[in-house]
Amino acid sequence: MSNARQPRSYTLRVWRQPSSTTEGKLVEYAVSDIDPDSSFLEMLDHLNENLVKKNEEPIAFDSDCREGICGTCGVCIDGRPHGPIPHVTTCALRMRDFADRSTIVVEPFRAKSFPVVKDLVVDRSAFDRIIEAGGYVSVNAGSAPEANMIPIGKDIAESAMDSAVCIGCGACVASCPNASASLFVGAKMRQMVLLPQGAVERKHRALAMVERMDREGFGDCSNHGECEAACPKAISIENIATLRREYMKAIFR
Amino acid sequence: MASMPQTIPNGDGLHSGAPGGPIETRWDRHRFEMKLVNPANKRKYTVIVVGTGLAGGAAAATLGELGYNVLNFCIQDSPRRAHSVAAQGGINAAKNYPNDGDSVWRLFYDTVKGGDFRARESNVYRLAQLSVNIIDQCVAQGVPFAREYGGLLATRSFGGTQVSRTFYARGQTGQQLLLGAYGSLMRQLETGRVKMFARREMLDLVVVDGHAKGIICRNLVTGELERHAADAVVLATGGYSTAYFLSTNAVNSNATAVWRCHKRGAYFANPCFMQIHPTCIPLQGSAQSKLTLMSESLRNDGRIWVPAKKGDPRPPDQIPEAERDYFLERRYPSFGNLVPRDVASRAAKHACDEGYGVGTGQAVYLDFADAIQRLGQNVIAERYGNLFDMYREITDEDPYKLPMRIYPAPHYTMGGLWVDYNLQSTIPGLHVLGEANFSDHGANRLGASALMQGLADGYFVIPYTLGNYLAGTRPGTVRSDAPEFGEAEQKVRGVIDHLLGCRGKKTPREFHWELGRLLWDECGMSRSPEGLTQTIDKIRALRAEFWENVHVAGSGQELNQHLEYAGRVADYFELGELIAIDAQQRNESCGCHLRVDHQTPEGEPIRDDENYAYVAAWEHTGDVSKPRLHREKLEFENVHLTVRTYK
Ligand SMILES: Cc1cc2nc3c(=O)[nH]c(=O)nc-3n(C[C@H](O)[C@H](O)[C@H](O)COP(=O)(O)OP(=O)(O)OC[C@H]3O[C@@H](n4cnc5c(N)ncnc54)[C@H](O)[C@@H]3O)c2cc1C
Ligand code: FES
Repeated sequence: MSNARQPRSYTLRVWRQPSSTTEGKLVEYAVSDIDPDSSFLEMLDHLNENLVKKNEEPIAFDSDCREGICGTCGVCIDGRPHGPIPHVTTCALRMRDFADRSTIVVEPFRAKSFPVVKDLVVDRSAFDRIIEAGGYVSVNAGSAPEANMIPIGKDIAESAMDSAVCIGCGACVASCPNASASLFVGAKMRQMVLLPQGAVERKHRALAMVERMDREGFGDCSNHGECEAACPKAISIENIATLRREYMKAIFR
Repeated sequence: MASMPQTIPNGDGLHSGAPGGPIETRWDRHRFEMKLVNPANKRKYTVIVVGTGLAGGAAAATLGELGYNVLNFCIQDSPRRAHSVAAQGGINAAKNYPNDGDSVWRLFYDTVKGGDFRARESNVYRLAQLSVNIIDQCVAQGVPFAREYGGLLATRSFGGTQVSRTFYARGQTGQQLLLGAYGSLMRQLETGRVKMFARREMLDLVVVDGHAKGIICRNLVTGELERHAADAVVLATGGYSTAYFLSTNAVNSNATAVWRCHKRGAYFANPCFMQIHPTCIPLQGSAQSKLTLMSESLRNDGRIWVPAKKGDPRPPDQIPEAERDYFLERRYPSFGNLVPRDVASRAAKHACDEGYGVGTGQAVYLDFADAIQRLGQNVIAERYGNLFDMYREITDEDPYKLPMRIYPAPHYTMGGLWVDYNLQSTIPGLHVLGEANFSDHGANRLGASALMQGLADGYFVIPYTLGNYLAGTRPGTVRSDAPEFGEAEQKVRGVIDHLLGCRGKKTPREFHWELGRLLWDECGMSRSPEGLTQTIDKIRALRAEFWENVHVAGSGQELNQHLEYAGRVADYFELGELIAIDAQQRNESCGCHLRVDHQTPEGEPIRDDENYAYVAAWEHTGDVSKPRLHREKLEFENVHLTVRTYK
């Protein structure tokens, strides 16, 4: 029991890159005195405090909610987006899941459409631009009908919710050998087509979002399935089937 | 006494501007009386909206739909990540679908009473009225709310009410509502009516001839200071619980925008009204960066208890029923586990202070064993699965088998910038929405009411009241080369240069931690006049040290998260002092504000309506230690001022 609570130490190899236009490299740091209950990002906070005290530059990384819902965090840990534990975001990882004295390699999400901003911070604004193309229902404030006017089966609503839980972190893209955004796009499309409110614009949505996805430089899906495994919200690859179906229907109709 | 603020006498004319007459018709009449902007002219007006949470996102989208030219700002890399995304439990609306006695009037009544009679009746009534439109709007956007088998919307109960009026999407209601607003916002981006400026931090407000006409912000990627001019500014930058260091808020939530507007002339109302949420995962270690909320919705099915014997060493499942104290059910039989947050937090603190706490001593149990037996694990998983997962990830304990351990934590700020009925601050043209304003929750917010307020403000109030303001101004009168922009930019640059140049010995985090402990100990769940006096002195001393001894890494011309954080901590120091000053002047207990010198022997708060039924609105005088107090007297014409009881 007591052993599991002993402070731990690690060797970190962290990607350092001053800006988007400069070269980056892995730099080694030793960290010690880490409480196993602290989170992975708290471990990085701890390292940063020490770097600052030594007059060195802290490591830039993104995070906000630190409870797995905002999608801001996300790094590759030993080559895996969001690290070793399935269905958990980087911020929700705990150091008790990393063996004492191990070496951990920390890198940014890598994809052509997600350029590095600095160190572990990447630019995922391409995701916003895909949603901009049609990932919504076109309804102005004030014009909505009474909420219970259209009943929606409980199973349908739950199923739409399974897709809607996407946090837009980009792990699907980072894990895909083709850097495809199909899971992200498919999840939004599936949420929308399952609901009567969203189904109205399905054709336009499918064409516009796919066109934008291509334009942003994301690759094609060739069924590797890595995205499903990397998704912290366990979004199923079935969503990609929906994307394909919607797109084919939109083209041929 | 060195720490006493200067006050001016009562009755100095701070008015809400709410219309009179029957409360049911006030908003309708007001809407009719407000001026409109001709549809063809709307695009000539530029409006800055700072914030993309429920309040800011809804406002920016709706103003875009109306045809205004909107510039929208946020700190995160995407508007979809605003802190509203983290809201778990649900959103209230007086739909009365369960037919259990709800009505607009009851939601209004519950909210005024829940706020311990320190909110403005007119605003709260309007909020209750608009609540029903919000649900319609969100469903139309494709928000996948929970539903019953018949296909209609499901509801659950939250604290402080005896009806079931909370709509939800699993434990991710905030996420789903925000993605709805974000979708609408993205649609306006596509039309070009809204321009998005992500990774920007507003660092000052630009006031020209007394009117808000622009902002200075820092491009967080390049470090550049930018000037943005507009015809009006809408602020929706969220709450300031992070001043306490440990809170349930996101790590980038901050007080900088509201605080810098305060220093430009916007009054700050009721800063000491800080909600301490009863059900959070207790502090585990000193490296911890934040606390995690376990949604209030859990109190629908979870029962709160401590062992009846002090320091009982047995694990919870070995303590028999008869040796447990379900202290909320015992003390408040009619509301039981669903008492409001302030009441539940105080009761938990009381149990721990008396030595009945579990775990580290700073925790009580939230137990689902009964509910699991009654309903089955599947039903509990369906209702709260993601919360249970989150609990397990953090604590390494299985809440399906063992009760959760919980303790109160700073969560939400009822206080904020003072606004009138039109949501306009004391600076004309500066409107404040969502958690950033003070308006609707008095001294205690009821669960599931913040999402409601943010969306009401953004979708249904500001589109009207901002039009009224703009209709009285000429568009495009101020450009970003005006001298006021230069002055503001210089000031911002001065602060940044000082922070970077200081090169002291302590990190911003160390200072923030110390400040947070001071606020938590003396401006937390109970407050004493002596403690507050000492705290004010300590905050001043620590602040002076901060400016001389802080060490900030890196430079200003790049992404520098350390610098961003240091700037926010600097503002917490000034706001922290105002929080304590405000707590000191309010010689009563109300809602979250428990003054130890104003309570019954059983520890129940004693309110003083005769002297304190007012909003305390603080004016910045140029010296943060000498704010000037203005009072907005609160009138209760529709809900009788009574002792608030949940027994
Ligand atoms: C864990 C948690 C759970 C909650 N659950 C519920 C619930 O179930 N029901 C409920 O009703 N309420 C809940 N609340 C409260 C509710 O979520 C918030 O009060 C509400 O979402 C605040 O919305 P907002 O739009 O005012 O601000 P936020 O969502 O906080 O948005 C603030 C915005 O302002 C931007 N911003 C801030 N400062 C600056 C700056 N200086 N420059 C530029 N941009 C800036 C941010 O980037 C962000 O876009 C919860 C709160 C927490 C912390
Ligand atoms: S920081 Fe929000 S998901 Fe990790």
